[in-house]
Amino acid sequence: MSDSLIIAGQEIKNRLFVGTGKFPNKPIIKEVLEQAKTEVATVALRRIDLESKEDNILDYIPTNCTVMTNTSGARNAQEAIRIARLSKAAGCGNWIKLEVIADNKHLLPDNLETLKATEVLAKEGFIVLPYMSPDLSVAKKLIEVGAAAVMPLGSPIGSKRGVKTAELVKILIKEIAEPIIVDAGIGYPSEAAYCMELGCAAVLVNTAIATAKDPVKMAESFNLAVRAGRLSYLNATKSSGQASASSPLTGFLQTSE
Amino acid sequence: MSFYNIYHKYKNCSFEELPNQELTKLLSLEAEKSLEAMAQKAKTLTLQNFGKTISLYTPLYLSNYCENECLYCGFNANNKIPRRKLKIDELKKEAKFIAKTGLQHILILTGESKKLSPLSYIKESVKILNKLFSSISIEIYPLSQTEYKELIAAGVDGLTIYQEVYSQSEYKKLHPAGPKQDYQFRLDAPERAARAGIRTINIGSLLGLAPWRKEAFFMLKHAEYLQNKYPEIEMSISLPRLRPQFNNFQTPYEVSDKNIVQIITAARIFMPRLGITLSTRENSQLRNNLIKLGITKMSAGSTTAVGGHTLEKTYIKNSLQFEISDKRDVSQIKIMLLKEGYQPVLKDWVGALQNE
Repeated sequence: MSDSLIIAGQEIKNRLFVGTGKFPNKPIIKEVLEQAKTEVATVALRRIDLESKEDNILDYIPTNCTVMTNTSGARNAQEAIRIARLSKAAGCGNWIKLEVIADNKHLLPDNLETLKATEVLAKEGFIVLPYMSPDLSVAKKLIEVGAAAVMPLGSPIGSKRGVKTAELVKILIKEIAEPIIVDAGIGYPSEAAYCMELGCAAVLVNTAIATAKDPVKMAESFNLAVRAGRLSYLNATKSSGQASASSPLTGFLQTSE
Repeated sequence: MSFYNIYHKYKNCSFEELPNQELTKLLSLEAEKSLEAMAQKAKTLTLQNFGKTISLYTPLYLSNYCENECLYCGFNANNKIPRRKLKIDELKKEAKFIAKTGLQHILILTGESKKLSPLSYIKESVKILNKLFSSISIEIYPLSQTEYKELIAAGVDGLTIYQEVYSQSEYKKLHPAGPKQDYQFRLDAPERAARAGIRTINIGSLLGLAPWRKEAFFMLKHAEYLQNKYPEIEMSISLPRLRPQFNNFQTPYEVSDKNIVQIITAARIFMPRLGITLSTRENSQLRNNLIKLGITKMSAGSTTAVGGHTLEKTYIKNSLQFEISDKRDVSQIKIMLLKEGYQPVLKDWVGALQNE
């Protein structure tokens, strides 16, 4: 039985999405994406130089990868919408990792502006994957206005602090039918595996791979961890999360029968 | 409320009496003993927040007319240097020369003369540069909020403005004449730009004009103040150290390489997401070594003369604002960065008007 992830009708076999910022050079990005067997890579439009013949980051994205343009740098809905439209006009496709951040100190997303931009862009036919603080009401509204998935943060971007928001992410997974993809904060492959065991549809990793001693080997490690986590999710016996009491409270029912 | 209120409250304190123990500890003489540990921490924080990348930019001098008499500056109104303002065709030539290097971020500079290089001229220049570059920052005389708004609308997205020296008493001595005498109007300029909606702000203290520990303290408190009040701003600092110039001004307070390292590492630990810019004022060897400690942005292929890339050489030689030290061109800097394991980033913004 196929275990592919479907986003906007597109079949995605590999559940590890990779961000392309922070790498020591551009050629290594290609090696990383190939080694991770990634099918979705994010690229910030602010870093794409279409004029440059020798230095265009898009040349390093393998052809089997869907480019998801990141609206990094957008401080409000209006700026994010403009960046998304520029991206489409520049031929970068219509997959958008919507990132609206008005807080350069912690890089936490602005959920309200994200919601506004999602509504406009989804209506224009973009496949919008919004990065957000895990809030159930906002997540539901994002889906209502047309988001293809919801990407809650595990902890702030680049912090490598792990999935500090796990309890909230679990609620999103339980209550929302569309894919939940943890984006930001994942520092180690074990944390990526944990997200998958929780039931996330995918994870998006950048800093942990880009700043590793050997980004290519780290990409391989993340790929294995994401697969392991997914297999575990599909096959583990679900625990109720409660121990069985040695003196059951309803035991008397059996003796009285 | 202005940063001046904070400055005013503590301006007469000795370094030891300043508030914020975390920051004063990092900048203290005592901390010099822990410099290696600070450097290790700074490196980790920089990698985490900025990755293995360094953004590149270059200055473009539009005009060297100036009404100020800053004692340390080559453009001092009393200096008998050839003065000029780039004509539009000269600007186009200079801009095309820079664009060919692949750089997409440009910093335009003028001396302070609202009469001879007025806002209308700067706006006109920005509109030309928009067609070639994806990010335009200004390092010009301080403006009103409305004037900053006008420049942002024309396509400017970044502001660089150095207070030069935070010590108000030294400031007074070093700026004996001209509009720059107004300490607070300059100090509040970044805040006016933030209110006008600028995207990036870069502030700095010209190191060597006053005792550096207190200067670094106020610069970083200023950065913190702006970042807290305007969290949407991409905030950065520069660490310009005095360089030889036309009038042979003697540096009153020496700042060593070790001191520079302490400021960079302290800044990174104090504000992990703060951009730190290093210009070609510093020599190539020091610049290569400082990359790993917290630098996020460098200038490359710089000249400090109006039309320094394309105008006649005899003119350029006699009209420098200051002498640069790292004379490597953009391709040499790119090669060095890659060798050190860092990706040179030539484009990191989408441009205000590009492609629209």
